[in-house]
Amino acid sequence: MSTAATAAAQTVRLTAGRSRERNVGSLVFLGLLWFSLFFGVMVLVVLIIDTMLKGSVRFDSDLLFSYESSLNPESTGFRAGILGSLWLMVTTAVMAVPLGIAAAVYLEEFSNSRRWYNRIIEVNLQNLAAVPSIVYGLLAVAVMALFGFQQKNIVLGGAIALALLILPVVIITSREALRAVPREIRDGSLALGATQWQTTWRQTLPSAIPGIATGTILGLSRAIGEAAPLLLLGLGAVRFDPEGVLSRVTALPIQIYRLSTQSQVAFQEAASAGIIVLLVMILLLNGVAIFIRNKFQRSW
Amino acid sequence: MSTIDGTTAGPSSGTGPRGVPNLKGRSRPAERVIVAGLIASAGLSVVITIAILVALVEPVIEFFRQVSVSEFFATEGRFAVIPLVTGTLTVTLIALLVAVPIGLGAAMYLSEYASKRTRKVLKPTVELLAGIPSVVYGFFALFFVTPRLLQDLLNMQVNFTNLLSAGLILGVMIIPTIASLAEDALTAVPQALRQGSYAMGANRMQTTLRVVLPAAISGVAAAIVLGMSRAIGETMIVALAAGAQKNMTLDIREGAQTMTGFIAQTAGGENPVGSVEYNMLFAVGLLLFVITLVINLISITLVRRYRQEY
Repeated sequence: MSTAATAAAQTVRLTAGRSRERNVGSLVFLGLLWFSLFFGVMVLVVLIIDTMLKGSVRFDSDLLFSYESSLNPESTGFRAGILGSLWLMVTTAVMAVPLGIAAAVYLEEFSNSRRWYNRIIEVNLQNLAAVPSIVYGLLAVAVMALFGFQQKNIVLGGAIALALLILPVVIITSREALRAVPREIRDGSLALGATQWQTTWRQTLPSAIPGIATGTILGLSRAIGEAAPLLLLGLGAVRFDPEGVLSRVTALPIQIYRLSTQSQVAFQEAASAGIIVLLVMILLLNGVAIFIRNKFQRSW
Repeated sequence: MSTIDGTTAGPSSGTGPRGVPNLKGRSRPAERVIVAGLIASAGLSVVITIAILVALVEPVIEFFRQVSVSEFFATEGRFAVIPLVTGTLTVTLIALLVAVPIGLGAAMYLSEYASKRTRKVLKPTVELLAGIPSVVYGFFALFFVTPRLLQDLLNMQVNFTNLLSAGLILGVMIIPTIASLAEDALTAVPQALRQGSYAMGANRMQTTLRVVLPAAISGVAAAIVLGMSRAIGETMIVALAAGAQKNMTLDIREGAQTMTGFIAQTAGGENPVGSVEYNMLFAVGLLLFVITLVINLISITLVRRYRQEY
């Protein structure tokens, strides 16, 4: 016993005597920890099962290929919302991703973190990541008014709101990916005579691409489920496909919200089925992110 | 691309004086432009913050020309904001009552009990909750938690929209925020403190609760504060499940509109730009922004403190 105990004491993970772990208090505590760990999963399982049961009557082709209809609740569909969400997502990515990566590259590779203005940017970024999404909606309304757009409920307006929303997320995750690239790669490149920009562009950035892509896709999957800022821009019912960035648009979460506020049961069933469609889209995006991470990410 | 100017590094051909090649970087004007572009992108985040303030302040000044400050910070009336604030605080409190114990429990298990491999498997299951859109949570609160859980199962007399179900689901939504930040704080506690505690004969529960948790308290507080900020700013759950009527009440069985719920509802209505209602939207928005800004700064300061300690 004594030799075993001293051997165990030398290991980093100390195992306090087994018997001490088995009194009632400790076991109850452990049980509570297990409960809190699996509470989330339980809620999620109930949510998904309940939504699927409610929406199961509406798993038909109208759901995906029909426009919204207030006259026929049984055949109302999410065509405009699905296409709108895809348009919004692509436009958001075009705006937010280059800007976000550029900001991350500056903060990680070029800036001197002791300068006061860089510290301000730093604190400001952390704050922006926690600003309520609905405030970004108000900002997007102001931006659209500034550029003199009469209609705010167009693809461009929604994408501005969502790009503002996910910009801090893209910057923060891109910085983490850049930070994970080892110092030696940069030093090697610099030692061979490359300038700092050449080092960043040809060595650091390519090595960090998988991490950046993963973070960006996760940011976009947050954007696709967001409804609050779009609500402020006045996105509502649309019965045609978006044709460009200036076309009026609706989004899947907006359609779900509008259907949820209706009193007829058929609309609630449609909303449930729409939620399943939205969750599948988010799941696919996350799947792509995980695939990229597992396939391309190198551990140094 | 490589312009040979006589002093480039490379094998000496014997024509020039042998010696140290000129290592001074060539001036590359294009790179200066690129770096300037990068700085501009990073600076954009500051511009966005200022833009938010400007965008909000302008209509708010207009609003207070039409409505007096005392009418705005009143408990009753068309422009009263206090009922919205109490609504927000009530749902936030309920959310924290759900999320703090559960979030901390999950964090403590992941940081103190789970082995490296189990943590890798279990951590994503907690974070799954963060991936669910808030409109989905709102729908769930309205059509499952209220009718099935509260009314049928627990036999409570609650209204169709009520603060309780909105707060409960809001709490579920912020669990991942609290859990993952608190776990970072707990993991940052040095191993020596745990070893000291075990050496004194404490078991794992005592070590976790009496040594690790107090040592990480500022980080844990930062996690809770950030979760609170998320709860205050969340819109779709309260817009759907907390009700659309201003209601100065602390009765959680009743519905009451929150600040974000008010913004969402007013924006969805047909208020012309420049009208008092439209401007009030921005006044409530500014109040919301200032409240969350203060809370976020508290959280950031707290995180700084625990990072400095160890």
